[in-house]
Amino acid sequence: MTAYILQRVFQAVAVMIVVAFVSFLLFNFVGDPVDNMVGQEASFEDREAMRDSLGLNDPFIVQFGRFLGNAVQGEFGISYRLQRPVAALISERMPATLELVGASAILSILLGIPLGVYTGIKRYAMSSRTILTLSLIGVSLPTFVIGILLIYVFSVNLGWLPSFGRGQVTQLGWWSTGFLTVSGWKAIIMPSVTLALFQMTLILRLVRSEMLEVMRTDYIKFARARGLPDRMINFGHAFKNTLVPVITIIGLNVGSLIAFSIITETVFQWPGMGFLFIQAVGFADIPVMAAYLVLVAAIFVTINLFVDILYFVVDPRLRVERTVSAGGGE
Amino acid sequence: MALLEVENLRVEFPTRRGSLLALDDVSFQIEEGEVLGVVGESGAGKSLTGAAIIGLLEPPGRVTAGEIKLEDRRIDNLSYEEMRKIRGEKIGAIFQDPLTSLNPLYTIGRQLIETIRVHMDLTQEEAKGRAIDLLGEVGIPAAERRIDSYPHEFSGGMRQRVVIALALCANPRLIIADEPTTALDVSIQAQIIALIKKLCREHKTAVMLITHDMGVIAETADRVAVMYAGRIAEVGPVRRVVKQPKHPYTVGLMGAIPMVGHDVERLTQIDGAMPRLTEIPRGCSFNPRCPKVFARCREERPELMHAGRNAEAACWQFDKEGRRG
Repeated sequence: MTAYILQRVFQAVAVMIVVAFVSFLLFNFVGDPVDNMVGQEASFEDREAMRDSLGLNDPFIVQFGRFLGNAVQGEFGISYRLQRPVAALISERMPATLELVGASAILSILLGIPLGVYTGIKRYAMSSRTILTLSLIGVSLPTFVIGILLIYVFSVNLGWLPSFGRGQVTQLGWWSTGFLTVSGWKAIIMPSVTLALFQMTLILRLVRSEMLEVMRTDYIKFARARGLPDRMINFGHAFKNTLVPVITIIGLNVGSLIAFSIITETVFQWPGMGFLFIQAVGFADIPVMAAYLVLVAAIFVTINLFVDILYFVVDPRLRVERTVSAGGGE
Repeated sequence: MALLEVENLRVEFPTRRGSLLALDDVSFQIEEGEVLGVVGESGAGKSLTGAAIIGLLEPPGRVTAGEIKLEDRRIDNLSYEEMRKIRGEKIGAIFQDPLTSLNPLYTIGRQLIETIRVHMDLTQEEAKGRAIDLLGEVGIPAAERRIDSYPHEFSGGMRQRVVIALALCANPRLIIADEPTTALDVSIQAQIIALIKKLCREHKTAVMLITHDMGVIAETADRVAVMYAGRIAEVGPVRRVVKQPKHPYTVGLMGAIPMVGHDVERLTQIDGAMPRLTEIPRGCSFNPRCPKVFARCREERPELMHAGRNAEAACWQFDKEGRRG
């Protein structure tokens, strides 16, 4: 098992180096940063001096090494637009995004899994068909449409919920949280529902189809023939066997929630990393874009590492040392 | 009083193009402690009969006529919950493939203990003790240690032993063994059959042994029922059926088995194939393939009738008073 995890960690590092390389390329090929930094009338010599001081005349590999070294220390340079360290900008915005993504992930799991199990078991019930039809809407409506519809109904017409921002925020050290005030809770409802809807329907449909698959297996038939109660069969035997694919998808989904949050944050003017990124794109603020890219990749890779480890917890067949698995028994 | 009585059982599968009659007028009994072999080709309705008895027909299949009685009590009209209590407690089941019958994510101990505790009022510790005893009884060496193993840590034969232990958890009166040895190596088949025989003798458990292997039946069963196209063609004590088969289909079946010591040039072959459920012919369903067919066979469907001492067969040639057409 240790060997397996080490192997996965090694893969994760390799992926991160590739991502860092791609985001480093942004600096090199999106345009000459010196053009943005010096005035129109700067002489050729001034530009060269600037290049030298920024290290832009060093060989490519040296520049990449320096970028990597800085990135590992959380150093991504200065934002062109805001003239502040990118690391500080990101760490200010990160709590907002993570709280939004966390709330959405919990919402989509808490709703998606039970509904998926239910529609998988009560396959032919009217209620299951209704849920499935509604879930199609969740899959096909784009996130921004749902967000705007929610704002129209609950902010414009009913006036119950704020249409933008995080509400009152409390500082806990470097972390700013919206969960300690009523206005913070009110503010997170619509963005998290918007963000969760697509993921929830995805989880629902996946759990359902996995349940249908598992319910056909011999060990479920045998569990029935042993006279086990339905509750034990459905949740103890069937559901646990759907978990390996389901945690894989949930893991990937938390990553894509962060990616999708760009749209949701823009619709609700949520002061998170996604919103920062969109503003950076508008201004070609490359240090911010590169840092965002590296960070999102790091989160993705970390989540997938955890998912790989979770497999061991769920499925005993993976825990077998490869040398023993052939023998055993008679 | 027989332990299990099945009377005129009929199972249908409603489809868009009318109802498929999968079992028609199936009647038989199993006495306390008796081993009844059920043989027939694939699709003859053997497994379906077993599934109907334990109330686990795959929807949309359902029992549309007839009665199933266990210990003189009707069980075919019970609610799902009442029937659930009978499964495992009164009727155990063993399925064909031991590799897929056990949940891969739980230890065999956990699966045994949960089954025991569902049916018997025992504490966790007592149930564990019983689980270890059962594993020992079915021939799992070092049961106290192996109880915490997962199914994938056992070989096929050992897993079938675990499946048998699971079927025996609550000391059922009847075990329905659906092709219990088909998925196993020949050398292990004999062990498993011997084990089932031994355990049922010791516990006085009756067995309905479903198989297409006449050799297994001849070795194990007391009586045998031969099924063909959803009906019973012949019933009788196993020795008589093997030595003096009555129904032309059984005669063909027996002729098709190679026997050690008998020098036969060619094995008998029954021409044609068993009809599909949608194309069952009028009259006797075997008539297109029967070497002894006569006019009445194409018109009327024969019921099981007396066909000599210890013999019942569904064939018009045994109808003494009837016309021959």
